[in-house]
Amino acid sequence: MASENMNLTLKIWRQKGANDKGKMVDYQIADVSPDMSFLEMLDVLNEQLINSGDEPVAFDHDCREGICGMCSLYINGEAHGPDRGVTTCQLHMRMFKDGDTITIEPFRATAFPVVKDLIVDRSAFDRIQHAGGFISVNTSGNTIDANAIPVEKHDADKAFEAATCIGCGACVATCKNSSAMLFVGAKVSQFALLPQGQVEATDRVLNMVSQMDEEGFGNCTNTGACEVECPKGISLENIARMNREYLAASLKG
Amino acid sequence: MSGILNSSIGRKFAMALSAFFLMVFLLQHFSINILSVFIPDTFNVVSHFMGTNPLVQYGLQPVLIFGVIFHFVMGFALEIKNRKARQVSYAKNNGGANSAWMSRNMIWSGLAILSFIVLHFIDFWIPEINTKYILGDMTGMHNGEFRYYHELVEKFHDPLRVGAYVIAFVFLALHLLHGFNSAFQSVGANNKYTKGLKRFSKIYAIGIPLGFIFIALFHHFNH
Repeated sequence: MASENMNLTLKIWRQKGANDKGKMVDYQIADVSPDMSFLEMLDVLNEQLINSGDEPVAFDHDCREGICGMCSLYINGEAHGPDRGVTTCQLHMRMFKDGDTITIEPFRATAFPVVKDLIVDRSAFDRIQHAGGFISVNTSGNTIDANAIPVEKHDADKAFEAATCIGCGACVATCKNSSAMLFVGAKVSQFALLPQGQVEATDRVLNMVSQMDEEGFGNCTNTGACEVECPKGISLENIARMNREYLAASLKG
Repeated sequence: MSGILNSSIGRKFAMALSAFFLMVFLLQHFSINILSVFIPDTFNVVSHFMGTNPLVQYGLQPVLIFGVIFHFVMGFALEIKNRKARQVSYAKNNGGANSAWMSRNMIWSGLAILSFIVLHFIDFWIPEINTKYILGDMTGMHNGEFRYYHELVEKFHDPLRVGAYVIAFVFLALHLLHGFNSAFQSVGANNKYTKGLKRFSKIYAIGIPLGFIFIALFHHFNH
């Protein structure tokens, strides 16, 4: 862990557009504070590039407080870098030391095509959500208060844990098979565990898994890498639950 | 149900079911082979039963062969699909930071086991089929006594073959160290028993291959 400012070499993926071949480009950056977040360090790099008349590095970000899941950076061979339970904006430069070379790439998956530099298109996740990641609630005036329906504490906790998935795609990026099963498992589980989710349970899991397959994600081989790299600590239990839900739904027809 | 085997989860499930079947078979195979170390006469009797019983020969044997073929064909099919899911690979990937080597290299340990199965078939299965179904000798006898034990011992004279068997069993252990628990996860069993199951899986995954290695080395050095 560094306590003094650092000089770093950055190897960054540069790609002009979706159809460009792209390549790794080396940059030197000096006087990086260990208290900066990783994205702030990239801001400094971009200022440097703009001042020298170069094209800044395109990277995605929104909230910068670990909840939007936009960042999609693969840093030194790991999704969101070497720290655990964090997104890239929560990764601090104190995780690195003076003289380090840091490799920065976009999340890689056929289903997450690169838009530009470090920005990827994760709309495949949106389409999976549209396929079944919802419940239908009658809002015609006699809506039942959700809190009026009893939910077992254990199930409520599990559903809440699953619902903390921010859809960042670190699971896909990390998985050697580019599988989206941790994401889909979490989205299926957050409803499957609640009474409100039962009505559409069969169609939900069948449709979401079908859309996941159609998007070109790979198949889960249970390496568990996704669980380790997930910034929200989504458990593999959710994949097992999705598998059970899917088999039950398939047998039901 | 028709599309279930075309879905990612359906294939996972099928892969797991064939794995369960093969793991049970492995235990049964080991249980018989270990008899050759301690009670060769019983090994001969059980081998003769397994080699001539119609239910085993015409019922279980085809199911086993189908199970083996299904497991590796599906394994290859999934590997190809998974590779297509990432066409541009990372310049730097630190797989060891978040997953076990065994889990990331099932295709390679599987290929090593498949190569071993080919050798094993040439060593034992093809001569057995030849003796029984081509030459028509169903007696199991040679020079007035059961031939099974002698055939087994004879195969382990050659140090190269013993070496190949030992290496194959190391790969089998690596394959099982991930595969055992993975099969349970694939069928949706991840619950309060998972921790205990993981401990048991280590005993099975290391114990069974180690037992097979012991049998091979025992016959090599004892005869």
